[in-house]
Amino acid sequence: MTPPIPSDTVISVQHLTKMFGAFTAVNNISFNVQRGEIFGFLGANGAGKTTAMRILCGLSTPTSGSAIVAGIDVSTHAEDVKLRIGYMSQRFSLYEDLTVEQNLRLFAAIYGMTRSEIDAQAATLYARLDMTSLQRTPVRDLPAGWKQKLAFAVATIHNPEILFLDEPTGGVDPVTRRKFWELIYEASSHGMTIFVTTHYLDEAEYCHRVSIMVDGSIAALDTPEALKAKYQVATMDEVFRKIAIQ
Amino acid sequence: MTSSAIIIRNLSKQFGPVMALSNVNLQVEQGELFGLIGPDGAGKSTLYRLLTSLLRPDQGSAQVCGFDSVAGYRSIRQLVGYMPQRFSLYPDLSVMENLQFFASLFGVNIEENFDVIKPVFAQLAQFPKRRAGALSGGMKQKLALSCALIHRPQLLLLDEPTTGVDAVSRSEFWQILRSLKQWGITILVSTSYMDEAQLCDRIALINNGSILAVDTPDRLTEAMRGSLYAASSRNMFALLETLRSYPQLPFCYTFGASIHMTFSPGVTPEQIEQRLHADGITDAHVYPIDGNIEDLFIKLMQQ
Repeated sequence: MTPPIPSDTVISVQHLTKMFGAFTAVNNISFNVQRGEIFGFLGANGAGKTTAMRILCGLSTPTSGSAIVAGIDVSTHAEDVKLRIGYMSQRFSLYEDLTVEQNLRLFAAIYGMTRSEIDAQAATLYARLDMTSLQRTPVRDLPAGWKQKLAFAVATIHNPEILFLDEPTGGVDPVTRRKFWELIYEASSHGMTIFVTTHYLDEAEYCHRVSIMVDGSIAALDTPEALKAKYQVATMDEVFRKIAIQ
Repeated sequence: MTSSAIIIRNLSKQFGPVMALSNVNLQVEQGELFGLIGPDGAGKSTLYRLLTSLLRPDQGSAQVCGFDSVAGYRSIRQLVGYMPQRFSLYPDLSVMENLQFFASLFGVNIEENFDVIKPVFAQLAQFPKRRAGALSGGMKQKLALSCALIHRPQLLLLDEPTTGVDAVSRSEFWQILRSLKQWGITILVSTSYMDEAQLCDRIALINNGSILAVDTPDRLTEAMRGSLYAASSRNMFALLETLRSYPQLPFCYTFGASIHMTFSPGVTPEQIEQRLHADGITDAHVYPIDGNIEDLFIKLMQQ
């Protein structure tokens, strides 16, 4: 019998494995993520991060093992998972030729929100983001910092339990990058769980806990402080190098 | 001949209403490993396309390997190796076929120049028949670099070669770049990773189409000495919010496991630490630090 999942666990992964032919991309990984936690999901290119994340988002099915995301089993109810989570990546996040408002309405509708729900949410969102005067501006004309903020708003408009961020700050200037992390902190302090991948290892320091994948397995999982203490180094960059180079 | 590898004078380029580059002046010396550091949209790729003669400037000029980028474009194309940001090899050709193709474009044979690409190509040589499209990200990059080097260019132009690449592979790539210096090849490399600045001989910081600063990484960071402090605590978010409420701190921002900040004149780290303790952040520690390139970039962006 598997032990019952604690009530504040929002992601529960047990013995998850994904194979592509003879290649094992994800090899028997297990971990839990708590509500409101900022969970950093790190690993070298090809370590299996993207494959694991796609399974958690309901975009791919595991070969064996299980993943319960926001109370839903991804193997059997992948479509339901998609309504309970938000997803944002650096590459694909907004339609450049649509306006701020059109982007917001499009994504809200995709997440299944009704027109009245969208109207109610949109007004508060514009006010909070300081974007009321920019509603009719095409996204391509927004400065990088605003785009980033809008992408975050779009990914969270349906108030998801978990927000998946796939390298959300790649190529972003250092000031915008920091403002973005303040949005993450704020969402987390309101109980939203954040699951984030990044190549910027200073950002790993901002996470509550960090896992590091190597060749399909989780080679380390702990708080940044504990990992630094364990490997007797000063930064997460050095932790990453010690673990990922093995 | 001792002229500079690149001389850019008052260069501007506009796309519709967007000023991609405005009045850029820059000089890269022969044999330098020169870094162009800035975020997406700063104008880095536009600059590369102007230098490789793929775009014409609206104003100003660029001299590359002694030739004007407009009038001397034919000569320039023989002398530079260009690795654009997007993977631009033929995915259906094999590793060896791609290399042969680029060698024949430049009228060289692989054997005579193999010494130059050897450290880059070593791993790839194990599977010469694999299709380029089936290579891993890191391997694709090494093949692209090999193809850009096969004609022994005087100048290597690399546009964000390490974007999306993990920290370990990035270090390896930079080691390869440094090893290319032995052939006297000048390298202009762009990146949005500020930590890579330290690996260059000289750097230019670029944002919104303008050059913010040019110098060696050490001299640039030295200029900040004595003006920057860090604070740390177990509760980082509370620490940040509290520091933001202090008028004596014109400027503070998160930086990995600590918060970096500047003080108004006359303020001491002891004063700030005591105040934080009084405000309930009892484990707060405030101390002077040497800033790095990212600190400088943040500072210059605020001006």
